[in-house]
Amino acid sequence: MKAELAIVGGGPAGMASAVAAYEKGIKNILIIERDKKLGGILNQCIHHGFGLHAFKEELTGPEYALRYIEMITEREIPYLLKAMVLKITPADGKTPHLLEVMTDDQGLFAIEAKAVILAMGCRERPRGALNIPGYRPSGIYPAGMAQYFVNIKGYLPGQKVVILGSGDIGLIMARRMKLQGADVKMVVEILPYSGGLVRNIVQCLDDFEIPLKLSHTIIGIDGINRLKGVTVAQVDENLKPLLKTAEYIPCDTLLLSCGLIPENELSLSAGISIDEKTGGPVVNQRLETAVRGIFACGNVLHVHDLADNVSIEAAAAGEAAADDIITGVISDWGEAKRPKAAPKTRYTPRANLSLANQLVCIGCPASCVVTVEKEKDDSLTITGNACPVGEEYARKEVTAPARNITSLIRVIGGENNVVSVKTTDGIPKDKIFACLSEIGLTAVSAPVKAGDVLIENVAGTEVNIIATANC
Amino acid sequence: MYDVIIIGGGVIGLSIARELASKQLKIAVLEKNSDIGEGASKANSGIVHAGFDASFGTLKARLNLRGSTLMPKLAKELDFEYLNNGAMVLCFSENEKPKLEELLARGLKNGVTGLEILSQAEVNKKEPSINENVKYALYAPSGAIVCPFNLAIAMAENARANGVEFFREKKVIIIKKNNTCYFILADDGTSFEAKVIVNCAGIFADEIHRLVSSIPLTLAPRKGEYLLFDKTVGNTVKHTLFQLPTEYGKGVLITPTVHGNLLIGPTALDIEDKAGVDTTGDGLETVLKKAAESIKEIPRREIITSFAGLRANSGQGDFIIAEVSDSPGFIDVAGIDSPGLTSAPAIGEYVKALIADILPALDNPHFVSKREGIKPGNNEVICRCETITKAEILAAIQRTNELFKNPGQISLDSIKRRVRPGMGRCQAGFCTPRVAELIAGELGINETDITKSGRGSEILMGLIS
Ligand SMILES: Cc1cc2nc3c(=O)[nH]c(=O)nc-3n(C[C@H](O)[C@H](O)[C@H](O)COP(=O)(O)OP(=O)(O)OC[C@H]3O[C@@H](n4cnc5c(N)ncnc54)[C@H](O)[C@@H]3O)c2cc1C
Ligand SMILES: Cc1cc2nc3c(=O)[nH]c(=O)nc-3n(C[C@H](O)[C@H](O)[C@H](O)COP(=O)(O)OP(=O)(O)OC[C@H]3O[C@@H](n4cnc5c(N)ncnc54)[C@H](O)[C@@H]3O)c2cc1C
Repeated sequence: MKAELAIVGGGPAGMASAVAAYEKGIKNILIIERDKKLGGILNQCIHHGFGLHAFKEELTGPEYALRYIEMITEREIPYLLKAMVLKITPADGKTPHLLEVMTDDQGLFAIEAKAVILAMGCRERPRGALNIPGYRPSGIYPAGMAQYFVNIKGYLPGQKVVILGSGDIGLIMARRMKLQGADVKMVVEILPYSGGLVRNIVQCLDDFEIPLKLSHTIIGIDGINRLKGVTVAQVDENLKPLLKTAEYIPCDTLLLSCGLIPENELSLSAGISIDEKTGGPVVNQRLETAVRGIFACGNVLHVHDLADNVSIEAAAAGEAAADDIITGVISDWGEAKRPKAAPKTRYTPRANLSLANQLVCIGCPASCVVTVEKEKDDSLTITGNACPVGEEYARKEVTAPARNITSLIRVIGGENNVVSVKTTDGIPKDKIFACLSEIGLTAVSAPVKAGDVLIENVAGTEVNIIATANC
Repeated sequence: MYDVIIIGGGVIGLSIARELASKQLKIAVLEKNSDIGEGASKANSGIVHAGFDASFGTLKARLNLRGSTLMPKLAKELDFEYLNNGAMVLCFSENEKPKLEELLARGLKNGVTGLEILSQAEVNKKEPSINENVKYALYAPSGAIVCPFNLAIAMAENARANGVEFFREKKVIIIKKNNTCYFILADDGTSFEAKVIVNCAGIFADEIHRLVSSIPLTLAPRKGEYLLFDKTVGNTVKHTLFQLPTEYGKGVLITPTVHGNLLIGPTALDIEDKAGVDTTGDGLETVLKKAAESIKEIPRREIITSFAGLRANSGQGDFIIAEVSDSPGFIDVAGIDSPGLTSAPAIGEYVKALIADILPALDNPHFVSKREGIKPGNNEVICRCETITKAEILAAIQRTNELFKNPGQISLDSIKRRVRPGMGRCQAGFCTPRVAELIAGELGINETDITKSGRGSEILMGLIS
């Protein structure tokens, strides 16, 4: 098999780079994806928080993925599913890049390509890397795996949950498990601050009064068959546990959200050098790796907080690869550059907000701290917000707080047991659980298409529940 | 009525089962877990010891050497991973050299060939990663490594192919002797009868022994903890590197595994709980500290998992393999601590000879000594870290199913030990749902019934509501 441009991975990075290269005139593209669907990690991120930059609207992960899948389909860009690239042998001047691919239906074969874009995303750090001693019962899962079980397969991994690590996946899963009726005991974070976005702390933990234990860690695992409990202890400045503070927390599930590692085994197979700090390939300004004609973008390059940024970066990689293919000239390898991770606002525990009338806007990842003053005439003066979203959010938050909710509805006869859904608008905060119990009582028959209204006027809120994916 | 019932499906019971299968005997193996090979046989160093440790004249010394000699041929016959990488015992000071010489002398007396003491320069040449303060090393070219999981599984599958019956989830709780045979009751209420019983219950062999005999026997668990590293650092060392042994055993070693990972451990701590296979903060720290004496740098960032195993310590300094004097036809194979894995093939032969005296039998004319492992597949990749395909996983499910005579479930760990999905750097973070789906599909059960390692370790709580 031959392609001008081979793209490894069909997540947002792979798809956006394909679209950009296509727009530059490269038609002979092949996306190689090992899952049974395009979309990457976005398919399991059923929550809101995508697309504010790229599409100027707040989308869920599956909806964001669908937008790109549609662009791929419209352009008839070819892709392989259930196909995993096992090895890349870089071009040597005479032969093109060679990709070894294992597929479900045709076994192992080779693909030749003039240029390659690496878009393999990242994986979660396992328990071993955290070195938590104890037994090895069932019930200890990387948060992303639990997310897959719940959001894709429709299974609940457990009922009494502790989460270790306050990365975004952990925070999102705390809320997800809570919304599915689990008792989420706490989120434990060894550092004195959280690694997640502030808005996620507010809307995933604070909204549901889930405690965040900063400067704490897990020092013991109990249970031989299934997890029975964990021992949580505070740590000192050197992150050493203070045994006196140890507390036993009964639970049947421990979710680990301790960071993501770019998935670069394939890059290593091609002899691409990896940056110690980002865990991704060293690239030049054009996102080209040290091996000419091989580019990298998205989470494989460095872990991104935002899919929108992934798409932008990936488009640049797609264009650069297209340029090389068109001109036939291989770029001069400019000075090696370390990709920059976007600066992150660190979480200030709620108690530290200086005044009772301050709140954190959850409108976008900027997470502005907004101050609301009530004037004598009862009007509100709102300051601290960087954009109008903050003003509107703050006004609503003090008068009639509302939330957009995402969850799952049971599907009969579909490819999976569930389909992801969302409210079409904010619902009153105190109606969240009423709304969820109605969702829980609903079942629909396949096929379901994204956008289908599955429940009208949920819990009397005049808001509808619509599907956010196809099933 | 069985001729022989083997209690315990660890590497020892399995080796005996396979050896006995070459005779015309009706044999069964009773295992309390949902699969074979889940005791000490799955949590050890996987080393084929050359044979210089055990005292001259002991059964241990004899069976170790014999086992290590049989292993390469057996690996070919049964198709499990074996690598003759050679071993070294490191010595860090001039003062300790006599101890090294003592080991050499003992090894030679035990019949180990090829042993020699290497100078610092010679050690460095063979093993550049070694610490600067290593002064000498005892080099044992016959030292080797095996896959402990597949050694056990291969012996079981071959025994099965030759007619041995395997029963899972049969915890033996009562044994009664009448005039002609033994009556065995399992915890699920089923019963078995046998002319001869072989007690291979590992750390629990003392409890089985006490069901029939009044001669004292106690086994105490001695815990060993390990750390396993990613394949990216699997070539840190080439040989298996020991330190000088202490009264507690062979000390902390560093070794590559047959699959290309790096393994360090074990500790040796006497504990009370026979189910105490938890790792501890102290234990893992000790492993890291001790291992750091042997080589220049321990790649701490590449740790992927930790585990612990329990040695069955009889306090008698030797394996206990004999017909129990107050219980004719009842054979103890107890106190099989290290090097039990190495000795397993030899213990099989030895027990076969013991039984030949008690229960003479003709050779089995249909005995097939060869078994083939599962070959790499050519379809969808299910485990991305170890590149395990759907074909391999389906084959493992089918073989596990065929091994046992009684119905039962197949756990994720059973598949993991057979074809390695989940053994890699992400430690099953990716493949768990996918393997669960395949097992459920093959067995016609719900995914919510899938367990990590047998009953009680279900991974899911049900469909969401
Ligand atoms: C829990 C969670 C919550 C998030 N929340 C938000 C949010 O609210 N807002 C936001 O903007 N962003 C969010 N993100 C970030 C965003 O989803 C990611 O940054 C983005 O999906 C990364 O895209 P990618 O294409 O680089 O990687 P991925 O989406 O991981 O895609 C990589 C693809 O490559 C495939 N692949 C890998 N190796 C191979 C191979 N060898 N052969 C073939 N295929 C291969 C994989 O199967 C996968 O489909 C979140 C991420 C997570 C995990
Ligand atoms: C930390 C450690 C490191 C080691 N390293 C090495 C090494 O590198 N090289 C080497 O040669 N040896 C090594 N050994 C020794 C080797 O692992 C053991 O000698 C060997 O595995 C013992 O096998 P077994 O079959 O006797 O016991 P096990 O594998 O424990 O099997 C006993 C079986 O009996 C079953 N059982 C128990 N009670 C009952 C019951 N009532 N009814 C039914 N079934 C029952 C158990 O479930 C189990 O499956 C090591 C051991 C340990 C612990």
